[in-house]
Amino acid sequence: MSASTAVLKAELRLFSREPFSLFWIVAFPAVLLTILGLIPSFREPDPGLGGSRVIDLYVPVNVLLAMIMAGIQALPPVLSGYRERGILRRMSTTPVRPAALLTAQIVLHFAAALFSSLLVIAIGRLAFDVALPGHLPGYLLALLLGALGALALGAAVTAVTPTVKATTVVGSIVFFPMMFFAGVWVPVQAMPEVLRGIVEYSPFGAASQALHQAAEGGWPDWTHLGVTAAWAAVLIAAAVRWFRWE
Amino acid sequence: MRADTVQGDPRIMPIIEVNGLRKAYGGRPVVDGVAFAVEEGEIFGILGPNGAGKTTTVECVEGLREPDAGIIRVAGLDPRIDRDQLTRILGVQLQESELQEKLTVREALELYSAFYPAPADWRGLAERLGLTGKLTTRFGRLSGGQKQRLFIALALIGRPKVVVLDELTTGLDPRARRDTWKLIEDVRDSGVTVLLVTHFMEEAQRLCDRIAVFKQGRIAALDTPAGLIDHSAGGTVISFTPSRPVDDGDLAGLPEAAAFEHRDGRLTIRGTDTTVNAVITLLARHQITAHRLRVTDSTLDDAFLELTQDREN
Repeated sequence: MSASTAVLKAELRLFSREPFSLFWIVAFPAVLLTILGLIPSFREPDPGLGGSRVIDLYVPVNVLLAMIMAGIQALPPVLSGYRERGILRRMSTTPVRPAALLTAQIVLHFAAALFSSLLVIAIGRLAFDVALPGHLPGYLLALLLGALGALALGAAVTAVTPTVKATTVVGSIVFFPMMFFAGVWVPVQAMPEVLRGIVEYSPFGAASQALHQAAEGGWPDWTHLGVTAAWAAVLIAAAVRWFRWE
Repeated sequence: MRADTVQGDPRIMPIIEVNGLRKAYGGRPVVDGVAFAVEEGEIFGILGPNGAGKTTTVECVEGLREPDAGIIRVAGLDPRIDRDQLTRILGVQLQESELQEKLTVREALELYSAFYPAPADWRGLAERLGLTGKLTTRFGRLSGGQKQRLFIALALIGRPKVVVLDELTTGLDPRARRDTWKLIEDVRDSGVTVLLVTHFMEEAQRLCDRIAVFKQGRIAALDTPAGLIDHSAGGTVISFTPSRPVDDGDLAGLPEAAAFEHRDGRLTIRGTDTTVNAVITLLARHQITAHRLRVTDSTLDDAFLELTQDREN
């Protein structure tokens, strides 16, 4: 077994021992979708939404919510804790680079978010008759870019905060506006036009629009994909630039 | 007992070489011109008060810190440049570090085994360090001493050529401390070089072939434990209650005597073996009887305190 595989295996075990993280990443978006779907009016076509139902809009929103939960809520305290408690430092004295530990955690959080997304899509389809994404490649690309943005934002939060406490505080401050941008309270497509125009340039507002368009069956606008990708790139650069190993 | 290796054979390249090491934090020098060489198979101790630069020095050796100046070689490798190669031959126990809270002892041992090309048998290590009963316990639930023992196991798990132990037995009870000393001696006997940072004189005296005493970022003395004691002024202490007063002039003339002191009719003289013989001759000449005569060796403790005391204060 190679060293990186051993690290990934150990971190997977540790990840499975964090019931709260698992709940918020994997269960919460599915539970939220179910609750919204149980509201009868959300299952009625709405002419104001171009004939879509509210529940149709909430499937991509909850997919993004899974990404935000994983990247911004769950990931930063883990990375910050590994740094603060000298775990990265201890590992840096072995032949394995401590980056392997961070990579393993990022990969695992991504995998959990992806699994959560599939769960949300499956529940939407099976329980509430929400059509599967019409344009699968477009949907996958938007989802990957959104996930990248969420994980990068979490990593950037970890990079600019010196302690676990600070990481948790900043993470929570960032978390709520990101949920708003993703459309958790009001789907981006249902927002007033001016607000939507602004939200579309936020990391998850753009991702939400791109996911929605792909769900409807078209290739997402390059603007939305471009904004999402640009945010991801900037946040990754920030995380790499400011991350301190100790 | 190992005087041959201690003296250093010029044909043997030292396995650790530190020369002109300097490191400052915020303009304040913490390590200020440290130089020493450790022979292969030696247990080399680093002793000194808090803030003397011990940990910074070993962290430079481990490649965790970049020196401001100086040259360090471990088995010919530069800890900063040849970091990858160094990590394969160097085992490290850090003064302060932790593992993942929910990782069990067994998982930690298996994980770290996977990092090295030819790891030691972790079961054997766990047994020697008394961790066998704790294999399924999570790191966060271990006592301080158990965590310490696990870190010692992790330092040895890669079959290192050199192992750096920073505060080896801090937090261990006396029994575990003695077991750990035996383990370190066995490790050394298998040819591993040990760099040991310690606070405990007993530990340094028992384990170390040579000791560097650090003081304010410099090495105040470097010798075998016996050498440090011998060379400290007043290595041997003679005390007795004389049957009648001894003349101060005679005492001042004693060979190799560092100090003498009268207190409550009792006379204490610090010196060497030569001084002891001279005192006995002096007493015989003046027909003075020495009541309750005691001759004791000063300890490494005394030598350490003398070497590291702050003369300015």
